[in-house]
Amino acid sequence: MGGYKEPPNLKKFMELLSLGDTGWGDEMLRACIMTFAVSICAMVFGLLLSIPFVCMKLSKNFFLKLIANIFTTVIRGVPELLIIYLFFFGSSAAIMFVASIFGYDGYIEINAFLIGAFCVGIICAAYSTEVIRGAVLAIPRGQLEAAHSFGITGKRLLLGVIAPQALRIALPGIGNIWQLVLKDTALISVTGLVEIMRQTHIASGVTRQPFLFLITAAFLYLFLTTFSNKFFLSVENKYSKGFT
Amino acid sequence: MDLILIYESFFEIIKGLALSVEIIIISLILGLSLSIIIILMRLSKNSFINYFSKSFVFVIRGTPLLVQIYFIYYGLAQFSYVRESFLWLVLKEPFWCGVLALTVNTSAYTSEIIRSGLNSINRGQIESAKAFGMNKIQTFKRILLPQALRQSIPAYSNEVILMIKASSLVSIITIMEMTGLARKIISQTFAPIEVFIAAGIIYLTLNYIVTIGFKKIEKHYLINN
Repeated sequence: MGGYKEPPNLKKFMELLSLGDTGWGDEMLRACIMTFAVSICAMVFGLLLSIPFVCMKLSKNFFLKLIANIFTTVIRGVPELLIIYLFFFGSSAAIMFVASIFGYDGYIEINAFLIGAFCVGIICAAYSTEVIRGAVLAIPRGQLEAAHSFGITGKRLLLGVIAPQALRIALPGIGNIWQLVLKDTALISVTGLVEIMRQTHIASGVTRQPFLFLITAAFLYLFLTTFSNKFFLSVENKYSKGFT
Repeated sequence: MDLILIYESFFEIIKGLALSVEIIIISLILGLSLSIIIILMRLSKNSFINYFSKSFVFVIRGTPLLVQIYFIYYGLAQFSYVRESFLWLVLKEPFWCGVLALTVNTSAYTSEIIRSGLNSINRGQIESAKAFGMNKIQTFKRILLPQALRQSIPAYSNEVILMIKASSLVSIITIMEMTGLARKIISQTFAPIEVFIAAGIIYLTLNYIVTIGFKKIEKHYLINN
């Protein structure tokens, strides 16, 4: 990435960041959309994956609890980069192994977007499990007892009483996880997916202006984090009406 | 699953432990000192200094650590006057670039932790300190900082664990610490699962030691009431 040219003037900077064929502006914007798309997919996948783990953590079965605890402890305790290496190299090895059984010995590359969303989703799932578990436990016991005395059980108890309240309590935590997910997607650049970091790497390699493009990348990330933070705050305000 | 490979890569990866711990400890110490400076700037009445401190924390917390590492390692090296200045003594070494990036990163998060500790201190204490004739520096040093630091111990232990995890990112700028070694073994053996287990054991043990240590510190500084 490094380049050793002198910094050109501001006009040159604007030319480099312009939209169209000559500048890198449109490429950077596309990369920004890619980062956002990976983050959304990872977040949805992670939240869905966290639901069974929350149930396992809250269950009375010792083994289910143990599995869920191992999952959250390992994923939250090991560097994200190692997790990405595990799934990035592990998944293609696994698929190539399956392919070799069927007699195909070539190199198979898996879609970087899917792997990226999967890795960050797994990380997101471990953190959301803890947040949602905390939120479920924060629901007053009396609510459950009241529901029981009304004869509300099973699915209706979960969807009608627990889920809406837990979601409201978990919202600030989920907002924090979203910020984490956005920043973790920067690590997927090591797998070759063209998101903001990867595009920055390419652009600064070609133009030999790493400073300019890294500042641009920082701005794009700040843009994403700030606006999604605003969004989460407004949602929180909306759903915490009457609960202060 | 190849148990011998796990065993071998465990002893290979643990060679990077000293370097990892060195990076983590240096940046934690520097980061804590820098965070106190940031806090002092935040408390200042000069609106420019105040605003500078606020935006520093905002920018660092809003961007990924990877951007910060690249910025220090590649971005600053672009300019010839950086390369000719005394800064180059630090910036030409990937090790110090990594330490610098981690320091800056942790200082922003730590300053937020200490700030919330400061906010929890009763206003009456500041007033009593004033009544005892302490000036602002004395009040900060004797009354506010010790209490804020004690309040921040649980949150700071989380930050230390985050730093242990974050230190793996410096492997991207060619530093061969634990994750760098793990990556090397993966590309030599094509056995990501075994290497992950070996590296995971070391990282989890490290986190466990930190958690236990901070529990002890927390107990030691418990408020007696």
